[in-house]
Amino acid sequence: MHYHTLIIGAGMSGLAAGIRLAYYQKPVCILERHTTIGGLNSFYRLRDRNHDVGLHAVTNYAAPGTKTGPLAKLLKQLRLRWDDFALRPQCGSAVMFPGKKLRFTNDFSVLVEEIAAAFPPQIDGFRKLVTTIETFDELNLNQQAVSAMQVVSEHITDPLLVDMLFCPLMFYGSATPRDMDFNQFVVMFKSIFKEGFARPFEGVRRILKTLTRHYKELGGELKLRHGVREIKIDNGRAIGVVLDDGREITADNVLSTIGSVETFRLCGKALAGQTVPGDHGPIEQFQHGAISFNESISVLDCQPKELGHGETIIFYNDSERFTYDAPSDPCDLRSGIICSPNNFQYENDQQLEDGIVRITALANPDYWMGLSPEVYAAAKADWGTRIIDSAVRFMPEFRSHVVDTDIFTPKTIHRFTGHLKGAVYGAPRKILTGDMPLKNLFLAGTDQGFLGIIGSMLSGITIANNQLLRD
Amino acid sequence: MAPADIRKVILNILERIAPDEDLSHLDDSKAFREQMELDSMDFLDIVMELRKLYRVQIPEADYPNLISMDSTVTYLTPLLKDVPA
Repeated sequence: MHYHTLIIGAGMSGLAAGIRLAYYQKPVCILERHTTIGGLNSFYRLRDRNHDVGLHAVTNYAAPGTKTGPLAKLLKQLRLRWDDFALRPQCGSAVMFPGKKLRFTNDFSVLVEEIAAAFPPQIDGFRKLVTTIETFDELNLNQQAVSAMQVVSEHITDPLLVDMLFCPLMFYGSATPRDMDFNQFVVMFKSIFKEGFARPFEGVRRILKTLTRHYKELGGELKLRHGVREIKIDNGRAIGVVLDDGREITADNVLSTIGSVETFRLCGKALAGQTVPGDHGPIEQFQHGAISFNESISVLDCQPKELGHGETIIFYNDSERFTYDAPSDPCDLRSGIICSPNNFQYENDQQLEDGIVRITALANPDYWMGLSPEVYAAAKADWGTRIIDSAVRFMPEFRSHVVDTDIFTPKTIHRFTGHLKGAVYGAPRKILTGDMPLKNLFLAGTDQGFLGIIGSMLSGITIANNQLLRD
Repeated sequence: MAPADIRKVILNILERIAPDEDLSHLDDSKAFREQMELDSMDFLDIVMELRKLYRVQIPEADYPNLISMDSTVTYLTPLLKDVPA
């Protein structure tokens, strides 16, 4: 079988791109190394319980009937109805820093009022920043990188507020330590603060299963346990792939969703010294990211609300400044994210069977990737406990209610996504156009640069439309 | 295909692109964009759906003809005259 397009990776972006191609009757095949779909945002079953990995919440929430914005655009492009994802809005979240707490919900005015009350001298600057964000065209694929710290600091002079605004946006999408590209800041600001959080009752399964069913109904092929070890190149064109077991598959085009550096590696020596179109320079200048996380997942014998914990997500930091970078310690205990999938407004007050508290903290990828198997499990458990001990300062005590625990580290992320160093948000430098050094090889997903669950699907759609459906 | 058939084809395409839109009150003389949320991605989809269904190629310079139902039907009538309804 010869395909119009081979897609490497059955994550959100690969599945969404696959749907577009299959819908327009292009012979398309998605190749996934892992035994299941999802990539970074996947799911698993452990000791008879369903868990999500990756997804804390879907950002870019829009209420049913909303006809503009990323979610509406996505549904139209995939020919899905609003109900297909069954997104339910959050209860309410907060950013907690020393002496200050900012609540936010899916109603943006709540955040504006909180800032006006907690930072009266900054509210005019904040409003100006919001205007700058609203007038910014984040969908322009041909823009130069600008420091978000610089732009935000022009409007807001209190470093505490600057840090509190950056904290959730960095945690949920920045591949760059200590700063963001302003384009990425705008995407994240809109998706988290202006549009907000939601989750299907069934978690990420609901989204992935909807995508997969739709893709297959349209005639798309999906092959699990089909890792790609090489992209075959002949005469400056990608002509197909070589699988881990040595078999070869040919195609007119290859769309990779596995990361920029990871894709270059699959091409081998043929790309040496080649440049990525659009002022990106030679491929040797591209580096993978180093931002990764440990997460401890605690299953409780009660609902978090019963313990007085009603927030959907809490972003916390205990230090004077918030530091978003790979820590020198195995994990950064100063800051983190507390997420409870129970705390969404599910239909008819439905409630998840188990209480769940997920706590996520920045991790040092080199430490976790380098641990020997003998000490890995003990280190994982030790730092899992330390992360929880740090987080309970920002939420009600729950430790005596824990009936089961699971923990992931950068090593886990590397195993399931193939991202070098388990870099959750990929490489700092994004390739917005999806162009690669070969004419018929393209990039979608994390390193193309649209962020979040909705963003990753829009990434696949955009690159499929612009690069693969134009003929 | 006669103009009435072409109108039906376009309505079907719009229903597929925007299943949550109510198209029963569509005014054929008014721009689609004034009556429903359609962005540039959606217009491209109309072009691609027509190509998929009838192999009709619409060059980018002709996209302005797709602004309303009336203008779209007028533009497509000669292109689809030999296509069976």
